[in-house]
Amino acid sequence: MDTTILLASVISSAAPIIFATLGETFTERAGIVNLSLDGTILLSAMVGFVVAYNTHNLILAFLASGLTGAAVASIVAIGSLFYGLSQVAIGFVLTLTCRDLAYFLGNAYTRLPGPQVKHLAIPLLKDLPFIGPVFFNHNLVVYLSYVLIIFSWYYFYKTKAGLILRACGENPVAAYSRGINVKLHQLAYTLWGGFWVGLSGASYSLLFKPGWGRPQGAEGIGWIALAIVIFGGWDPLKVALGTYFFAFLQLVGILLQSSYPQIPSQVFQVAPFPLMILMLVIMHISSQKTAKLDPQPQHLSPIQRLLRFLKTTPPAALGSNVHTKEF
Amino acid sequence: MLKSYYSLINKWLIALVCVVAVTSILLLFAHTPPLTTYKLLLKGSLSSRAKLARVFQVWVPLMLCSCGLLFTFSMKLWNIGIEGQVMLGAIGATASLMWISPHFAPWMCLILSLGIAFILGALWGFGSGLLKTSGGVNEIFGGLGLNFVAQGLILWLIFGPWKRPGIASMSGTKPFDVSLWLPHIHRFPVLGMLLALIIFILTAILLSSTRQGLKFKALGINPKAGKLYGLSPTANTLIAMTLAGGCAGLCGFFQVTGVYHRLIPAISSNYGYLSLLVVMLANYKWWPIPFISFFFACLNVGSIQLPLILKIDSSLSGVIQGICVLVFIWVKQLSVFERADDT
Amino acid sequence: MKIRLENICKYYGKVKANDKISFTIEPNSIHGILGENGAGKSTLMKILAGFTPKTSGKIFINGQMVNYNTPTKALELGIGMLYQDPQDFAGLTVLENFLLGLKTSWKIKEYEYTVKLTNLCQQLGFKLQPEAYLKDLTVGERQQLEIVRLLALGVEVLILDEPSTGISTQQKQILFTALKRLAKQGKSILLVSHKLEDITELCDQVTVLSNGQVTGEFMAPLDTEQLLECMFGQKLKQIINSGSIFPQPKNKSTPLVQVRDICSDHGRIRLKNCSLSIYPGEIIGIAGLENSGQELFLRILAGLVRPQKGTITINGKNLTEKNNRTFLQNHIHFIPTNRLEEGLFADLTLLEHYLLVFQQSFWLKSKSAYKLCLQKIEDLKIKGLPNTPAKALSGGNQQRLLLSLLPRQAKLLILEHPTRGLDVESALWVWQYLQKCYGLKASIVFSSPELDEIFQVAHKVIVFYNGQILLSKKISDTTPEEVGNAIAGKVEHA
Repeated sequence: MDTTILLASVISSAAPIIFATLGETFTERAGIVNLSLDGTILLSAMVGFVVAYNTHNLILAFLASGLTGAAVASIVAIGSLFYGLSQVAIGFVLTLTCRDLAYFLGNAYTRLPGPQVKHLAIPLLKDLPFIGPVFFNHNLVVYLSYVLIIFSWYYFYKTKAGLILRACGENPVAAYSRGINVKLHQLAYTLWGGFWVGLSGASYSLLFKPGWGRPQGAEGIGWIALAIVIFGGWDPLKVALGTYFFAFLQLVGILLQSSYPQIPSQVFQVAPFPLMILMLVIMHISSQKTAKLDPQPQHLSPIQRLLRFLKTTPPAALGSNVHTKEF
Repeated sequence: MLKSYYSLINKWLIALVCVVAVTSILLLFAHTPPLTTYKLLLKGSLSSRAKLARVFQVWVPLMLCSCGLLFTFSMKLWNIGIEGQVMLGAIGATASLMWISPHFAPWMCLILSLGIAFILGALWGFGSGLLKTSGGVNEIFGGLGLNFVAQGLILWLIFGPWKRPGIASMSGTKPFDVSLWLPHIHRFPVLGMLLALIIFILTAILLSSTRQGLKFKALGINPKAGKLYGLSPTANTLIAMTLAGGCAGLCGFFQVTGVYHRLIPAISSNYGYLSLLVVMLANYKWWPIPFISFFFACLNVGSIQLPLILKIDSSLSGVIQGICVLVFIWVKQLSVFERADDT
Repeated sequence: MKIRLENICKYYGKVKANDKISFTIEPNSIHGILGENGAGKSTLMKILAGFTPKTSGKIFINGQMVNYNTPTKALELGIGMLYQDPQDFAGLTVLENFLLGLKTSWKIKEYEYTVKLTNLCQQLGFKLQPEAYLKDLTVGERQQLEIVRLLALGVEVLILDEPSTGISTQQKQILFTALKRLAKQGKSILLVSHKLEDITELCDQVTVLSNGQVTGEFMAPLDTEQLLECMFGQKLKQIINSGSIFPQPKNKSTPLVQVRDICSDHGRIRLKNCSLSIYPGEIIGIAGLENSGQELFLRILAGLVRPQKGTITINGKNLTEKNNRTFLQNHIHFIPTNRLEEGLFADLTLLEHYLLVFQQSFWLKSKSAYKLCLQKIEDLKIKGLPNTPAKALSGGNQQRLLLSLLPRQAKLLILEHPTRGLDVESALWVWQYLQKCYGLKASIVFSSPELDEIFQVAHKVIVFYNGQILLSKKISDTTPEEVGNAIAGKVEHA
């Protein structure tokens, strides 16, 4: 396979994961962990397919999926923000429940042909050498993923709202003392993050693994997305890069399989996971090491620079329930 | 006093009504009469001896995994890696049966394979514990990653070195000789049930009347204070994870020798994840575990025939289980709030 | 802006944190609020900054009565406070911290605000990199940022709570110069401190608080003797140097524990070359203001924190790099002042605590532990049953439980403010109990903000000031006044 096709496939197969990872980045940056991704993606994939099948309106289908995602996220947000429940506990229960709910409610739609998102090359841009076929010969979902990446980055670092979002996850008490309604923001960003996770589900059932059935091809993606958010250090650009890296590894797995046909494809599909864990461990060790490093970047060796780049710090108040009466 | 009992009963009654109501609405949504469905669930699990035997085939692995999870939960650890630990146990059991069965008597093979399954599961649990204590990887993600790795390992074994003579397929390795099956009586997995009971009793004893159990509990509550009395949070995290992995390994052993009699890709049957729900519904205590495991097992078995008769998916059982736990933790938290208001 | 406080009261239950406090803060001036720990300074400032609602009293700004009860409202009125624990965001950059809370447009105009920030910094002589992350900054720099931010919000009255704690001398000079400049520009500065040198160097006017009441008001030039008298005066005179309730240890023994040249850097608190010898049976009281380094020193002594430099030896054995288990094996025990958070297991019952601490066997022997538990409950008069969870106990009973968990063979007890939150009787009981069980058998190192307690109990007193041991004397060789002065940073060089 030549590089152009390989890169184009990486870009396109990463698109739905981008929705999930960046959505979760919004949520976690605001200080809430929504662990229910894996179930949410399946449930919203089902909803998206059912709506598309019945209405033949893809936009409506995507919207319905997004709202499903937001609805699931709202359970996590309300439970933890207003009732003090453990985010991990609710998230985990919802993961399993939503998955089963998806198969239960979607049963009647199993293996039906449904509408799909159409291929749409962007005129002019698609004719650019190399860049054209890699980036602009896809469909609207893939283009939306570009928009989301750029938007997230801009929103996080260039707007006041993004600054407030990061402040909530960093130090909710201090944010309150600066006149920010922390709980309201956290609720809103959990819903917003859930919405994008929902879109991720729809992109699977309406495009990448079209149709509904058991098992749906999106199973397991949610867990991967959660790991990628950590891997990307809660930074939208790094998270996006991490997602592409993961998609690349999966494709390489499939490619390697053609050279080693005796090894089953499933083995290559799990290959990214040990790599992911290894990276997390390296990141941990590097964050311990770089803490002692000279702060002047020009004195760093390339390896130290790489470690510094990989170094991550989670939002300081991530996952904690702030329950002061003041809020 | 009487009034508080009354409100307690009231609350759980409301919880029960909630679960039933939500499930019924969902059923109506799927154009299925709720009452018929509930009847079918009941009939499908308890109406005959054969069905009851199947329930116990699910009960055993749920019990084993839940026991393991009690250790980790008492340290307030989320051992999501339990699925992988079950798989490793299954791999261990299969490997030992394959390699030594020609040389030893079947009963010796079974005992040895039980040991190996325990050890491999324990190692896998120790691995995710180590990732947490020295690698800085949260046990949820370390465990998840190891789950995927374990799944890959199983697939590789089934399609690679352990493939069936002829063609490799998703149906698993070549079934073992009947002599290596865990003996049944009237289809009841008696030895498995015995194993589950023994492990359950050992777990209960360890947690309630040994120093180790108290250490887990104490460190789960306050690791900082534990250090003041010379207890090591790191060491005890590793011990809890290892024990949990070992129990999960036994579950894998039972799945291989008592249920499938071979290694299949879905050997864990998601029982690890389901057990997390069991323990949550048991409020992290040991004594309700057998009953909740039984209830969940009934749901699982009862739902098997739903697709045939009512044309609805068997995942209904999972939905009911999930809703139960969700409602339970919510209602429990509400009572915590009420108590806080009282004082 | 002129602020007048009239009869400000703040009651926490029966405790009067502020009792009818009245004074005026003039514009163009630096006003000092002086007082020892628990005098009610922080409460008063939090009321002024809108963080805590007052029980009664009136606040006038330029003659007009105002009512507010949130920090945001206070800011709108032009009152801003710099907290001791910085209320900022470590993971964000200087510029972002600066922007949060300012009224800006939806899009961040980086250039505009960088210029604004740099200008403000330049005016005050601060050097802050707008793009630096806050977690890489020193406490002093974080303070500077907070001042600049409050000024950008249009604050006219700036409240600073112990600003010189944990910052370098250099930064202190920069800060003080900036404060003087601000006062000249017409701002009112309120400086809360218990450090005499800060107050005398900066303030035009000082209000002294003691026990929640105003005990004196002074104008510059300030006389330290007078201030000290006013701050501790009555209290110090009441302390009778009657000697310790613990028996005197034998002379000429060899030290049990030797701590040499401990240096440690832990966020705001920096220990510099702290040395201490502890003799068998000796009771050492540590005095000093909050965050002067004694908390960290006690934890290093208990083996819970490893120092960056220095050695700890016990009976000649070097324990410097060892973890706290080795310290425990050498019979060194620590009781933290946050009992439930650091010392006890909230959901475990009394019985379970005894089982955990006193039984080393594999099986739990509930019967013998139950007996022990009842015995301890009786001996220590713990108001609780064997199956009462620790969190259900009152503070005094939690302390009794903690004490009962100490083994008899302990050689060194490290107690962090052991009588915190206890009434006089319970406090006395604690010391009598310790004397009965450990008198002459063990050494005790304890910290306490109450001088009278130290004078009643200890053989020796050491005073921490800014991470250093400023004074180390036998109780019989010193006076409450001398210790009081040392706490405020004033030592006479003989």
